[in-house]
Amino acid sequence: MADIALQPRVAKPQIREATTWDQIKTNRNWLGFWFMMPAMGFLIFFLAYPLGLGIWISFTDAKIGRPGQFIGVENYQWLWDDSIFWLSVFNTLLYTFIASAIKFAIGLYLALLLNENMPFKAMLRALVLIPFIVPTVLSALAFWWIFDSQFSIISWSLKHMGLIDYNINFLGDRTWARACVIFANIWRGVPFVAITLLAGLQTVQPSLYEAATLDGASRWELFRYITYPLLTPIIAVVMTFSVLFTFTDFQLIWAMTRGGPVNATHLMATLSYQRAIIAGQLGEGAAISSAMIPFLLAAIMVSWFGLQRRKWQQGENND
Amino acid sequence: MTDLPATQKPVDLKAILSTPSRIDNSEGMSYLQSLPRRLVTLYLPLSIIVFVLLFPFYWMGLTAIKPDEQLIDLETFSPFWTWNPTFKHIHKLLFESYYPWWLWNTMYVAVCATILSIVASVLAAYAIVRLRYKGAHWVGGLIFLSYLVPPSILFIPLATVVFQYGLFDSPMALILTYPTILIPFSTWLLMGYFKTIPFELEECALIDGASRWQILIKIVLPLAIPGLISAFIFCFTLCWNEFIYALTFLQSTSNKTVPVAIVNEFVDGDVYRWGSLMAGALAGSLPLVILYAFFVEHYVSAMTGAVKE
Repeated sequence: MADIALQPRVAKPQIREATTWDQIKTNRNWLGFWFMMPAMGFLIFFLAYPLGLGIWISFTDAKIGRPGQFIGVENYQWLWDDSIFWLSVFNTLLYTFIASAIKFAIGLYLALLLNENMPFKAMLRALVLIPFIVPTVLSALAFWWIFDSQFSIISWSLKHMGLIDYNINFLGDRTWARACVIFANIWRGVPFVAITLLAGLQTVQPSLYEAATLDGASRWELFRYITYPLLTPIIAVVMTFSVLFTFTDFQLIWAMTRGGPVNATHLMATLSYQRAIIAGQLGEGAAISSAMIPFLLAAIMVSWFGLQRRKWQQGENND
Repeated sequence: MTDLPATQKPVDLKAILSTPSRIDNSEGMSYLQSLPRRLVTLYLPLSIIVFVLLFPFYWMGLTAIKPDEQLIDLETFSPFWTWNPTFKHIHKLLFESYYPWWLWNTMYVAVCATILSIVASVLAAYAIVRLRYKGAHWVGGLIFLSYLVPPSILFIPLATVVFQYGLFDSPMALILTYPTILIPFSTWLLMGYFKTIPFELEECALIDGASRWQILIKIVLPLAIPGLISAFIFCFTLCWNEFIYALTFLQSTSNKTVPVAIVNEFVDGDVYRWGSLMAGALAGSLPLVILYAFFVEHYVSAMTGAVKE
């Protein structure tokens, strides 16, 4: 035994120095860089760069086929005096506000209904989501046909019920047109709100309801003091998404009315498409779409605080 | 051992759509409600909502097979049904228009863009969740933010970018730009899935001498297959649904995708256009609905996962 200790020490094989190449292969920061590269490439070249470029274009007088000169805030000044632009801002806010509020109300209601026990529950839930799956444009076309001025099935049904005696000009009248596009938007958005809120509802423990019922709570009180507080965080997130996508909606309007009649349904997105691509005034169009950014930032702030609050409620269980 | 109290799962996603129906269909406190009451407070509103949600599809399908004269004469024929369906509109769609091309374009663009995005997102999500390089937390936040940047404010500058790169009017323009919508979403979704995979598995593999790449391919990905399917299906649907980029970047009729083509090519002043228009809308929706029917659970978990994480 002692021999070993007495033996002269054999030099251990030298540990190889980590070369730069080894570092690149194994260092987690370098590895992270390699792994992130494809995603970051896409997001930088096709998202971050265009985002900046869009703001730059809004300060130029670019037209299609001609790079613009810097003209400062002239586009914005021009828009400031443009009554159609303000009409589109008004329409966008009206559209977003009414559609989101109703989507939330019906979506929550539908989620509560679907959360009950009943036969064919799974099938019903699957059916409810279909409007969300089908491409918006295609269902918008169906609505276009349903709201046709001559052959509308709604006008026909109301006439045969004796409620009206003329065809309603759904997409030709300003108020009706607004109501119709808002309806179509709600129709498409409700399933999303309902199914995501349903996922939230299912995390609520039934024992809470049982305890509250024993204490004599009514159904409204069950909702108000148990369901709603527990759902608040997910409501915040879902509604942020809903508001965001309603605010920037384009395809539904484009397929149904193209902004008409008399610009009554022009949203900021459709107006910017019309000005930039159809009329060729890229600078002006970019200014309109850049004007949406402050609103989006506001929505993102709400989402951020919604998420924070959610973490706080559920405890730190991420990671 | 087995009678530990069940830990509360964050969300039982599977249960959302596949709760096994019980024989008496009563559970918990539902016996407190009488049947008439349930009829009024549950079945009546539910059937109204479901009717409104599904009616446009019925109408779409019915219009697609109705003969023209019935479409525009609501008085002699009841508009809600037809006794002599015709396949004229569908025939016209498939054999007298570019519709098969458009379907192919849409499919091609959607599949390519989805695969590109999933590959990029798998790598990014793995790096953010498991490599935890310096600043990973911030990058995760930035990716979430980029999820919130809508196409409607990007299409004008992107049009100039696409033009500069010479991609205008080619499917590549869409294949390269759609990932900007898909990557943030699927990265965020996959991050959630990767977090649920036990870290110990990876540590074992590391001790056995596996490289990070091998760990990702051989351990993490097989375990994350449900997440991958969810991400794939949802991305595919988003691609199919995308409109404004396709409208802006494509010009020639034969290159268009289904949503754009239907809106632009079928909408003429013809009073008889409705049949083929609705047939086109129906044919454009069917592939997605069929896909959805097979993967309902994955679809829902994708949708809720994106919101919940």
